[in-house]
Amino acid sequence: MSGGDILAILQGAVVTVTLSLVGILIGLPIGLALAVLRWADVPAVARMVAVYVSILRATPLVTLLLLLFFALPNIGIAIGPISAAILALVMNTAAFNCEVWRAALMNFPKDQYEAAKSIGMRAPQRFRRILLPQIVRVSLPGLVNEMSLLIKVTPVLAVVGVVDITRAAVRIGAETYEPLPPFLVAIALYAPIVFALVSLQRWIERRQISAEAAA
Amino acid sequence: MIHDFGIVWGERSLLLSGLGNTTILSVLSAAAALLLGFILTPALMSKQHWLAWAARAFVDGMRCVPFLLFAYIVYYGFPSLGVRLDNWTSGLLALTIYNAAYMAEILRGAWATQPREPIEAGVAFGFSNVALFRRIILPPLLLAAGPVIGNQMIQIIKDSAFLTIIALPELTHAASSIQSRHYVPFAAFITAVFLYWGLCLVIEAGVSSIGRLAEARR
Repeated sequence: MSGGDILAILQGAVVTVTLSLVGILIGLPIGLALAVLRWADVPAVARMVAVYVSILRATPLVTLLLLLFFALPNIGIAIGPISAAILALVMNTAAFNCEVWRAALMNFPKDQYEAAKSIGMRAPQRFRRILLPQIVRVSLPGLVNEMSLLIKVTPVLAVVGVVDITRAAVRIGAETYEPLPPFLVAIALYAPIVFALVSLQRWIERRQISAEAAA
Repeated sequence: MIHDFGIVWGERSLLLSGLGNTTILSVLSAAAALLLGFILTPALMSKQHWLAWAARAFVDGMRCVPFLLFAYIVYYGFPSLGVRLDNWTSGLLALTIYNAAYMAEILRGAWATQPREPIEAGVAFGFSNVALFRRIILPPLLLAAGPVIGNQMIQIIKDSAFLTIIALPELTHAASSIQSRHYVPFAAFITAVFLYWGLCLVIEAGVSSIGRLAEARR
């Protein structure tokens, strides 16, 4: 394995990280919106969201990705590997985020909400000032956990031709007939990213527990 | 569109064998991973520092590696170490070892929250180690960890779909080959999605019946 090969895997790492970040950034607010729709019990829509989450929770990312990549062009929507990858990641992570957000919403103390109402705050203001800051804090560990899961499924994107860490490593392995070294380089790239997120999650949890103990 | 689903229906034996293989893979590796987890959990909680450290390193290591990459290493990487496995063996092995780490962590979490008193009472009653584990420790542990183990089962089913890349004939692989043979991507893959959903609903039903059992025993 040459220096150029390592550079190729590093370029793959840029793709992996970029796609993960885009997936996370789009998936977070969509997950929140879905959770609010379910929480507010909007007729029919709430049911649809529940079914969506249940199906997406059960669907492997590979299957979803292949479905989007092959079926969308079939109905006249041109889609490249990158857009298919982002769409699959967002659809997948939004469903999981929705569950995390919803758990926080369900446990939100009702009296605070009613107090905000009684002093004349409007719905958007109640949401932004009272609800959001608190549910963000409660949801944070779960959301970070979901981010580490998302990064761990990104190697699947290589299946439709996205050149991420995994595809770069596979290609080098096929060229050199020595698959182990590029895979080890790939692990050396994934592991610290995931480990950083896992540590971040533990740190947030510990900090919240000690903050609660102090209160 | 109806016509496309007709083609998929015509290939139902392929899809069903894919579903069967996915189920076999998931059940076998979940059972093996759970057993391995039971061996790893005491190691995680061991008072011997080196043992606890080694188990912790393995569990945390696995949790930081993407499953797909791990499967690639077992299938493509092991031969350069002189270990050559066919796709079924490497798929099963990868799923089992990978998920054993998660199972161990789940069992450790459930074990740590178990009350001490029944165990001490069991020791006082003269239960031997094996009987103590089987009769006193295991039942409440499994009931407490049931829902999380169920979640991990769903994760295993989804991980098994990754094995399509090493040409293991599971459900996603079956859908892929139907799509490439007849060019009916939507019908083929959406059928696979609904079959996966069905599998997960079965597991969720199982978990909630275990939950009812746990409730009844309380």
